[in-house]
Amino acid sequence: MTVQAMTAKEVTKKVFNKEAFFILDVRNEDAFQDWKIEGENFEYLNVPYFDLLDGVEEILDKVPTDKEVLVVCAKEGSSIMVADMLSEAGRSVSYLAGGMKAWSEHLEPVKVGVLKDGGEIYQFVRIGKGCLSYMIVSNGEAAIIDSTRMTDTYLDFANSIGAKITEVFDTHLHADHISGGRVIAEKTNATYWLPPKDATEVTFTYQPLKDGNVVEIGNVKINIHALYSPGHTIGSTSFIVDEKFLLSGDILFIDSIGRPDLAGLAQDWVGDLRESLYKRYRELSKELIVLPAHFMIIDELNEDGSVSEKLGTLFEKNHGLNIADEDEFRRMVTENLPPQPNAYQQIRETNMGKITPDDEQQREMEIGPNRCAVR
Amino acid sequence: MEANKVLDAKGLACPMPIVKTKKAMNELDSGQVLEIHATDKGAKNDLAAWAKSGGHELIKHEEEDTVLKFWIKKG
Repeated sequence: MTVQAMTAKEVTKKVFNKEAFFILDVRNEDAFQDWKIEGENFEYLNVPYFDLLDGVEEILDKVPTDKEVLVVCAKEGSSIMVADMLSEAGRSVSYLAGGMKAWSEHLEPVKVGVLKDGGEIYQFVRIGKGCLSYMIVSNGEAAIIDSTRMTDTYLDFANSIGAKITEVFDTHLHADHISGGRVIAEKTNATYWLPPKDATEVTFTYQPLKDGNVVEIGNVKINIHALYSPGHTIGSTSFIVDEKFLLSGDILFIDSIGRPDLAGLAQDWVGDLRESLYKRYRELSKELIVLPAHFMIIDELNEDGSVSEKLGTLFEKNHGLNIADEDEFRRMVTENLPPQPNAYQQIRETNMGKITPDDEQQREMEIGPNRCAVR
Repeated sequence: MEANKVLDAKGLACPMPIVKTKKAMNELDSGQVLEIHATDKGAKNDLAAWAKSGGHELIKHEEEDTVLKFWIKKG
């Protein structure tokens, strides 16, 4: 039996298509419990590779023969070893090329909408970590919002559709992933916009992004209207694009809302979060299509793998938007919070330009899910 | 710390540090200590988990620059 490499892109398709799939994860139990490949119809077996050094006989009856089987580890070495052993035992299996490292870094572009006068908006789904970034394209010009550090993906994509990146935005200072915004702006000579209240400690120059700013791209003049919406961070800003899409950053997600504690100021910012979600957002058109900066669970994905929903629908269905009692809201977003993202303080310092970790260190810092939401 | 044997696993990628540790451990008697040097960052969690599941005791670990050092007592 042959052992085949499967790419993160191929696994992403299986997630989007809700295929049945069996994952043998050979990382240690803590790593598996903390973070794994999520799929609606995926089944799992977690046996650390170091328990399989003497052979795979003991797990053979737990590995199905009527389903595709993927062996997964942190970087790929151990999964190849285990896949080879399964192959020698007569099984046909694949391993995940690049392991969870590659899974964490894979970005899948999905077109999420067309703009009134031509132009498109693409969502880059970072399926392994739940981060969502955006490219708005109009007549040969592009704006990027909340980019990840995999900057080549955006540059190559813009190239492939013949667009020049002219504006780069971050809705807020991220604590869960390293922003690629500054690097993209440097490489393309684009303007890099940041909310000044989140940028008081940054070590580089940027264009301050303020409530009411309107930035236009392309000849068709697509409006990107900045809306101050603090709460996840004090500077958090949303964007209304083309009067049709609401890029909500880490303030509002599909099935959850932003957490106010990642800069250590939960009690201070909870009131802002309440006001952004219950007042500022309430004044917007219910027809706006919400495009958040994260998803937390795989159920939040639409049929095509995109993550979006009408604002009116979220007002009805999102639990975080339906807590009438202010004290109860305060308790929900400041108590019983999920664990913080891995290395979130170092990630914030990297995004401020205070520290400059190398690629391998950046990768390590970002391991695990994003955990920016509270549900 | 006095080790009965030192294993150099520097520069090796997963799964080799554990494969070699397991082999080296087989040559020791119960109660003896193996000192391991590795550079693969994943070795830290994996060696700790492996030692636990095999009934061994990770008695100490240190980081010197990029080198991770472990002392494991055979169970």
